[in-house]
Amino acid sequence: MARQEQALPLGGIAPDRTGKYRTDHLLVAEMISAGSKVLDVGCGDGELLQLLESRGIDGRGIELSREGVNRCVAKGLAVVQGDADTDLVNYPDDAFDYVILSQTLQATRQPKPVLENLLRIGQRAIVSFPNFGFWKMRLQLLVGGHMPRTENLPATWYDTPNIHFCTIKDFVQLCDEINVKMERAVALDLYGRPVPLNLPWWVWNMFGEQGVFLLSRGGKGK
Amino acid sequence: MTQLQSVSSPSIHSEDRAHEADHPTSPVAKFGIEQPLKLDCGVDLAPFQIAYQTYGELNADRSNAILICHALTLDQHVANMHPLTGKAGWWEIMVGPGRPLDTDRYFIICSNVIGGCMGSTGPASTNPATGKAWGLDFPIITIPDMVRAQAMLLDRLGIQTLLCVIGGSMGGMQVLQWTAAYPERVFSALPVACSTRHSAQNIAFHELGRQAVMADPDWHHGRYFERGTHPHRGLAVARMAGHITYLSDAALHRKFGRRMQDRELPTFSFDADFQVESYLRYQGSSFVERFDANSYLYLTRAMDYFDIAADHDGVLAEAFRGIKTRFCVVSFTSDWLFPTSESRALVHALNASSARVSFAEIETDRGHDAFLLDVPEFFDISRAFLESAGKARGLDGTGG
Repeated sequence: MARQEQALPLGGIAPDRTGKYRTDHLLVAEMISAGSKVLDVGCGDGELLQLLESRGIDGRGIELSREGVNRCVAKGLAVVQGDADTDLVNYPDDAFDYVILSQTLQATRQPKPVLENLLRIGQRAIVSFPNFGFWKMRLQLLVGGHMPRTENLPATWYDTPNIHFCTIKDFVQLCDEINVKMERAVALDLYGRPVPLNLPWWVWNMFGEQGVFLLSRGGKGK
Repeated sequence: MTQLQSVSSPSIHSEDRAHEADHPTSPVAKFGIEQPLKLDCGVDLAPFQIAYQTYGELNADRSNAILICHALTLDQHVANMHPLTGKAGWWEIMVGPGRPLDTDRYFIICSNVIGGCMGSTGPASTNPATGKAWGLDFPIITIPDMVRAQAMLLDRLGIQTLLCVIGGSMGGMQVLQWTAAYPERVFSALPVACSTRHSAQNIAFHELGRQAVMADPDWHHGRYFERGTHPHRGLAVARMAGHITYLSDAALHRKFGRRMQDRELPTFSFDADFQVESYLRYQGSSFVERFDANSYLYLTRAMDYFDIAADHDGVLAEAFRGIKTRFCVVSFTSDWLFPTSESRALVHALNASSARVSFAEIETDRGHDAFLLDVPEFFDISRAFLESAGKARGLDGTGG
């Protein structure tokens, strides 16, 4: 249990000190208070859900792959087989305190309705995705002349499940467009360290390898 | 008589079945006239009895009890030799020491459903008013009636809350009924290959089976006991039709293809030339030896009437509103009797009720009956779900 009680990596803790959990997962977990009810959309093997449950959070999951679901259920997690694109509509309004979409947005067919559904089902949404504006990505396309591949996104263009890549800048624009309020935004660099907060957006968009956003419903209609 | 010649000479006699219906090989809980079973049809059934089997030990705080609900043609003999057929229990692959339903850890109960023919009161039992078998004088029973009887049995056994209720097919329907009727008594539920209501197609198949039984001249309007007959042929046809629905096209093809049975060439007759025919005839004939034809009518009827949403103004989610029970819904991809879509609809309703639910769809070509077969993924999921439920309920891991 001691491992979970350690400080989260927001204070600039090196990745090797974060224990068995991924940095972005620790960051997400830190955004959620104990006792909350959470839906993790695209929960994979249930790593994040396990972290959340260890912190006293009531977690549920949706996962597309049957193997992923069955592995989650075999860990005792409450996970159902489902598709973010088609199954979110079945959840009632305000069913959860938080809905998480971790590294999944880029793999959905309709990112915009998915995002809208996240904030209908949950009071808040936490969305993380790989930033296609990351300098290494730009460099590969600019100099290499081929679609970028990285350690975290090793698939080739023809077999990648990621069909809707965006940059941090693109995502911020989408949030504006559908009247979503950005409560908190963190960009993580290649080593999973948060990019300092006081830097301008274009730096994040260039040096953030992934973005993690805490979102809520916008106050005013557009 | 060529078609069904293989079902004409049963080796288990009607008297054995009749004896088992009144005086089962299992422990029996008897309920007198002061404790009637209040049936949905309006009848108070009394006296009545429930035959059941248990495995493992009930712990000191009575928190490790698991109820298995059996399917249409099965019974309480889950993990012991069947008293009529002499065969192994129907779920020994799942229940036993070290198995997913670990008898070293859990106290497992399975009772014969009301309306059944293996010792719980049903149409094959003796009607105390006449001294003869109930036959069609037995009142129509429903899935909720079965569950109500099980709840009375648990009261008798001194078990307030079940760690889990588990069952497939008609057993799964009972699991869902348990959660809808007695949510506070069910800590976790594992409904497998089932639905919250019987579909039109399934009712149609059941009607086919019932008509086959009733068309058999040996049926005698359900009074075959008095005539010394049993509608073997009709019941065998019903079983054959039913059995096809428990399998899948792919499973039948893999198992039998178009292969011939003990011959090279067709006989140009209505003999069982094909292996699949021979197999079905065997399924029919072995079934009629152990099952009562009237019971088959009553139990299929109970399934037909099942519709949880209908009892809640047509809104399924209302049946589970505010429920604390942990669910694990399991379906099989090739099950066309209770297709995955039905389980998914259940999961959507449970989500809408904010229930804690897991849903695993298991890929297999073995059809509806997959829940009775060696499907390791199903075992792993059941085991983990029970472990997690046990942990949440504060069971220690002794013996695990």
